[in-house]
Amino acid sequence: MIRFVVSRVLQSLVALAILSVVVFILARATGDPLQLILPMSATPEEYAEARHYLGLDRPYVEQYLSFVGRAVTGDFGNSLRARRPVIELIQERLPNSLRLAAFAMGISLSIAFPLGILAAVKKGTGLDRTAQVIAVLGQSLPTFWVAIVLVEVVAGRLQWLPAGGNQGFTSYVLPGFTLGWFVVAGMMRLLRSGMLEVLDSEYVKLARVKGVVEHRVVWMHALKNALIPVVTFAGIYFSILVTTAIVVETVFAWPGLGRLAYEGISSRDFPVIQAVVLTTAAIVAVVNLSVDCLYAVIDPRIRHAR
Amino acid sequence: MPAEPLADRALPLPDVAARPDPAARGRRLPVVSLGIITIFVLVAILAPLLSPGDPGEQSLRNRFKPPVWMEGGSSRHLLGTDRLGRDMLSRIVWGSRVSLTAGVVTVLLASAFGAAVGLVAGYHGGTVDAVLMRVTDATMSFPVILLALILAVTVGPSFTNVVVAIAVILWARYARVIRGQVLTLMGLDFIAQARIAGAGAWRIITRHLFPNTLNTLVVLVTLQIGYVIIVEASLSFLGAGIPPPTPAWGSMISEGREFVTSAWWVSGLPGLAILLVVLAFNLLGDWLRDTLDPKLRQL
Repeated sequence: MIRFVVSRVLQSLVALAILSVVVFILARATGDPLQLILPMSATPEEYAEARHYLGLDRPYVEQYLSFVGRAVTGDFGNSLRARRPVIELIQERLPNSLRLAAFAMGISLSIAFPLGILAAVKKGTGLDRTAQVIAVLGQSLPTFWVAIVLVEVVAGRLQWLPAGGNQGFTSYVLPGFTLGWFVVAGMMRLLRSGMLEVLDSEYVKLARVKGVVEHRVVWMHALKNALIPVVTFAGIYFSILVTTAIVVETVFAWPGLGRLAYEGISSRDFPVIQAVVLTTAAIVAVVNLSVDCLYAVIDPRIRHAR
Repeated sequence: MPAEPLADRALPLPDVAARPDPAARGRRLPVVSLGIITIFVLVAILAPLLSPGDPGEQSLRNRFKPPVWMEGGSSRHLLGTDRLGRDMLSRIVWGSRVSLTAGVVTVLLASAFGAAVGLVAGYHGGTVDAVLMRVTDATMSFPVILLALILAVTVGPSFTNVVVAIAVILWARYARVIRGQVLTLMGLDFIAQARIAGAGAWRIITRHLFPNTLNTLVVLVTLQIGYVIIVEASLSFLGAGIPPPTPAWGSMISEGREFVTSAWWVSGLPGLAILLVVLAFNLLGDWLRDTLDPKLRQL
């Protein structure tokens, strides 16, 4: 088990290192940030001075190494636009994003679970089909469109919930729902097919033969095992959530990482871009790692599999 | 008397599997999805013939005309007009070109590259596999939309950039899935036999491994076209997609954003178009998965 965890941790670190090179190159490819920072009237001398001050005149390899060296300690430099340490911006925004992601995950689980179990237990009935339609609709509706409609109708016309920003619990409902619904389909489908397979297995039949009541069969025997595939894909859902969050946070003016990224890119603030991409990737990596370890705990076959 | 085996006793089991198999129903050809896809493909190809007018023609006197079935609608603009008095139907018809080409081209590029990586990694194993899979992991942890936004800022938003940005990330999914399949296939006898018969790497990969991953590839491609159409629309919505004046469904939704309650059709109809196309691809993909390879339920 320890060997498994160590090798997975190393793999994640290598992936992050590769990513850091790509991010470094991409951030520099966004163009000269000085053109946005300095006034139009700046002289070539002022450009050179600013470039030297920001360390942009050093060789790229040196810039990269110092970037990585400092990034490891949480120092991502200063935001070119906000003129504040990037790490401060991240610390401000990250908790908001994580809370929203957790809330969205909660919403999608609370939709996907009942739907998936219902669809499996009532296989082939109208309920099954209705559940699948609800799920596949969420996957097929563009999130930003759902977001706009909710902002304009529920928040604007009806004024039931706040349209944007983060002003307490009520602010989570609309963006959380928009994000959560998008991943319901995948989860529900896994749960449904997992349940169907387990319900058809020998030990469930035996449980029934033994006279175990139906709801115990469904909830105790079947669900526990049908959960395994759902757990393994939690990592993928999470990375879809992170990607989709950029759009949703932008529409709902949510003070999270996604919006920070959008702002950073539109102002070519590359310390911010680097930091956001790396933070996001690190979080995705940590989530995937925990999911893999959890999976290895649940299912011993994985630990020894090549 | 010897004990009768349990299984032989006729117990009235509440057997779920004995109910009519919905999978059998599901395997009927998804006529509706295929129909919707065919219609949109035809519309995209025949846009110049079908479009009732010029999608870019503005007429400020005719702003926010509602669709024909609503009060104040006219048959000159069957689906109404937008903020600048442009004909909605023409714009939606032309917009289908952007969405469908973006979806299909991106997914084809990504799947070709990803499948190649997956085949090579799975076939060679060892160091080659480890290196390729680490690159795949790194790619998968990069949010697609971020990359596309960076590209849009760097080289300016364009159709090509959107396709490239999405494909550059999307291939990793294919590499992962195909590699997994190849690993399983490599343990089977027919590969060993091909080796004994003297087949080289190229022959084994193209003649033996690749054909056996085709089913998976077809399912994944179909399911991802819908996803790519949504991502492309999201990018156009954020201003990083296909630049105006080319009509794209995503940017049309964005333009109609403030008028959702007063003139819902401006963003509602392009949204409906996206929904129909993506839904059709998703349902078709689901059907293909159930039919071709039920084990692929996690795709």
